[in-house]
Amino acid sequence: MTEETKKTKIGYYPGCAITKCSTSEEYGTSVLGVSRVIGPELVEIGDWNCCGASSAHATNHKLSTALSVRNISLAEKDGYDEVLAPCPMCSQRLIISQNDVHEDKKLREEVEDAIEMPVSSNVKVSNYLEIIKNYSMDEIAEKRKKKPEGLKVASYYGCLLLRPPKILKFDDPENPTTMDEIVAAIGAEAVDWEFKTNCCGGGFTLSRPNVVVKLTHDILEGAADAGANVIAVACPMCHANLDMRQKNIEKEYGRRFNIPIVYISELIGLALGLKPKDLGMDKHFIDTDFVVDAFSNIEE
Amino acid sequence: MKIKITTKELKSDFAKEVKERSGIDVKKCYQCGKCTAGCPVAYEMDYMPNQIIRFVQLGLRHEALTSRTIWLCASCITCSTRCPKEVKIAELMDVLREMALEEGVANPKEKNITTFHKAFLNSVKKHGRISEFWMLSEYKRKRPKTALQDIEIGPQLMLKGKLSLTPHDIKGKKSIKRIFEKFK
Repeated sequence: MTEETKKTKIGYYPGCAITKCSTSEEYGTSVLGVSRVIGPELVEIGDWNCCGASSAHATNHKLSTALSVRNISLAEKDGYDEVLAPCPMCSQRLIISQNDVHEDKKLREEVEDAIEMPVSSNVKVSNYLEIIKNYSMDEIAEKRKKKPEGLKVASYYGCLLLRPPKILKFDDPENPTTMDEIVAAIGAEAVDWEFKTNCCGGGFTLSRPNVVVKLTHDILEGAADAGANVIAVACPMCHANLDMRQKNIEKEYGRRFNIPIVYISELIGLALGLKPKDLGMDKHFIDTDFVVDAFSNIEE
Repeated sequence: MKIKITTKELKSDFAKEVKERSGIDVKKCYQCGKCTAGCPVAYEMDYMPNQIIRFVQLGLRHEALTSRTIWLCASCITCSTRCPKEVKIAELMDVLREMALEEGVANPKEKNITTFHKAFLNSVKKHGRISEFWMLSEYKRKRPKTALQDIEIGPQLMLKGKLSLTPHDIKGKKSIKRIFEKFK
């Protein structure tokens, strides 16, 4: 691989949730759609596997580490020195596992034996906000076609992009601003609110829906009371919990929010003038027409 | 809360064992309670996060490993992030869950959570990736009481083309099986 391609091509690790025909496919569709317009070029890592997510790390540390690290080794084999994992569950697991094998020689040997590949320490795993901030802010400003009107965006980061901060080394864990900067770059207003980094209940969707309903209610209430009319996310679990649970929340708490939950990649795509359907705007539970319509003005 | 502590427990190696497995030193904790103050799920727990650390400090193995708390931890890592003594509390929950499963003492009241993890990992083991539909089916089959819960969401997902019945098998399925066999 030449120096030139190394710089512009980034290994793409979609993870299970955002691939076609999965519950968060519009995240993957919009990430790829946006990258085709403003870069960087994303190339899927060959034969990647599931990182094991919460179920692996909650029950078996070595299994979780090996499942995650295998993907990083595959990326290195394919010649990438940076990998984008848009799902924060994936990026967090990949980065933590890479860190764990680096710190523990015995674990590293066991994992190398299990995955039958050397463990890579040179590949950098990045989340989606990092990729946009590091590579594409100027391109957004240059290629922006539509200016949103009346959109008040609550940037919701959740847990996995930020914590543990010493290992992930991304943004301020208590008051992150990267997504707010991206929201400003597409010409929308980012509201100041208190729930940016609160937990949505993550993987308890099926096993403890009552916990998810309570935590997502608090987040929606925080956003609505701060004057937001849309919540932007960069995590499939945050999205699913906030988007699919609003009916349950209304039943439980008697307050109807009806706030569209959109991926930050969808907002960027709309600003770039991509077709709503090509961004998966029709795949949401809460109708997103209001957000799409906000982008009707062509920028002068 | 009143818990009887025996000399045998006080002399036990529980904290040492936890440290050897995970590198987490619970002795550093001076029980300020900041972890509990910021925990989003504390309201559902039988013991507060700082009490779980106290159990480990005092050698109360049974209380820690059979608690519902270790399963209700959502791994949001707010506690570890804010701990003034840098005790990795969320990561401690991981190792306690692991030990509870190994010793067969996981609290049966949180069987939904343990069954979910099992169904999830079975899907990874079988295909190398998650097949959401089949993972869901296994979970619902093993937890029949949850069968009607969210009954309206599945069909909506299908209508939107977001739930596929066909699992995607990776080529390296054998390597994944090897990983699972090595780390049973």
